[in-house]
Amino acid sequence: IFTNLSYSSADQVTVHFINRDGERLTATAKEGESLLEVVVNQNLAIDGFGACEGTLACSTCHLIFEKDAFQKLNAISDEELDMLDLAYGLTETSRLGCQVCVKKSMDGLTVRVPMDVSDIRRQLEVEKQSKQ
Amino acid sequence: VLCGVAPDHPEVKNVINTFTQTARSERCAYYGNVTVGRDVTVAELRQAYHAVVLSYGAEDNRVLGIPGENLSGVYSAREFVGWYNGLPENRDLKPDLSCETALVLGHGNVALDIARILLSPLGLLRKTDITDGSLAALACSKVKRVWLVGRRGPLQVAFTIKELREMINLPGARPVLNPADFTGLENAIKDAPRPRKRLTELMIKTALEKPGEKTQAAAPREWGLKFQRSPQEVLPTADGRRARGVRMALTRLEGSGDSAKAIPTGDVEELECGLVLSSIGYRSLPLDPAVPFDTQRGVVPNSSGRVAGGPGRLYCSGWVKRGPTGVIITTMNDSFDTAQSVLEDLQAGVLDLSASREGFGAPPNRGQREGVRPVSFSDWEKIDAAEVARGKAAGKPREKIVDPQEMLRLIGH
Repeated sequence: IFTNLSYSSADQVTVHFINRDGERLTATAKEGESLLEVVVNQNLAIDGFGACEGTLACSTCHLIFEKDAFQKLNAISDEELDMLDLAYGLTETSRLGCQVCVKKSMDGLTVRVPMDVSDIRRQLEVEKQSKQ
Repeated sequence: VLCGVAPDHPEVKNVINTFTQTARSERCAYYGNVTVGRDVTVAELRQAYHAVVLSYGAEDNRVLGIPGENLSGVYSAREFVGWYNGLPENRDLKPDLSCETALVLGHGNVALDIARILLSPLGLLRKTDITDGSLAALACSKVKRVWLVGRRGPLQVAFTIKELREMINLPGARPVLNPADFTGLENAIKDAPRPRKRLTELMIKTALEKPGEKTQAAAPREWGLKFQRSPQEVLPTADGRRARGVRMALTRLEGSGDSAKAIPTGDVEELECGLVLSSIGYRSLPLDPAVPFDTQRGVVPNSSGRVAGGPGRLYCSGWVKRGPTGVIITTMNDSFDTAQSVLEDLQAGVLDLSASREGFGAPPNRGQREGVRPVSFSDWEKIDAAEVARGKAAGKPREKIVDPQEMLRLIGH
């Protein structure tokens, strides 16, 4: 709480992350922070997020946006596209969290953390168990 | 990560920080310098632990199996990478870099890494954690041309776009791609998945670019991709001792996409070179008679990481499980998959927790077994700190210690 004292509420932007298990994690972000920084600074419980620490050398901060929000984001660079190409579960509205910076207009933004191979397996297992 | 990722890719190595967090956990213990098969057997491990996971990767390489493969000047990519990355077992490689042309056989990321290290300006390499010895050897290198040769076509390349783009943008090195190799491909990739499409488009664009710019045309070094050429023989110099070239069988493709096969046409071509690097894949080795091993595929047979046909409570992950391909995230996700299997088995009672198992302290106490000197994670951190301190003086992230005895002395073993 103390770190927020020096900022007026006008600088706060609310962002929601839908985690792989469906849980909604809500965070308050500062304008200009990347979505990776939001996850790290707010200590959100997203496994394996941001392995390369924001240096465009992996795709673990892969996030899926809603179409409208996606279209309003800053332009995507070749370098980001190169790493996104290796991401599991790539969609038309995918971006890397380390390359997207929070803007005031994003207040209330909801992004989804994509599932990876073991998540799909876990889901199938849970469905199987519940049918037994 | 430290000895496999190229020295000029420090960002890729940031993942070490994530791994270090895990290694430092109270619930995680690291025992280095203990060799399975020499110091302990898999049977003893299964006795001492409820579950054993094999994650030992691929320490060997596939061989070409052609005449001349053992001539001087021919190296496997694995040992060459190990050499410049400070892997102790490759420290005495002393590769001969006195020729102008090098052939790298293979079209994967490792092949690109090697081409890049051979042609990078020294000024760039000097600031990395490449070993001092390799840097000195590269400073005297005469290599100015590297061909990456593959059996199949542009649509079958295994390298990824980031690494290709890096090679194209390498200062002082001009890309030489033959436009004829790319005829009709623009059409073929129209409906391809985005990654393949972008990768191919980048190659096409580079092939069609005229070397009109001053910087490109005047580049002192060059590199290129050659397709549909399969190595038949490494040709010797007159004295019969060193490589002077490779005779290639020209191939045609049968089928398309990943499953396309290269069929020799009967025509051959000779490529002149003094250095041959075989980058056709790493390979895992069997660990212990108690562990099933598929020699043909070079993996431990398994189903979702559970070793198939094994004695039970045995798992595998990473390259020894799925083969030596993929980037770090591929292998990480694969490991999460194996972990999922272990957790499922834990829940289902397969691991039989009622049996108490003593872990590392189990008799005979591995810590006290004669000649065995386990290295702990905090021991590693002492070595790590020493390497970083030595590197600092030279403006490098670290200066790797390549002598295992020196490492052991440093930690008082």
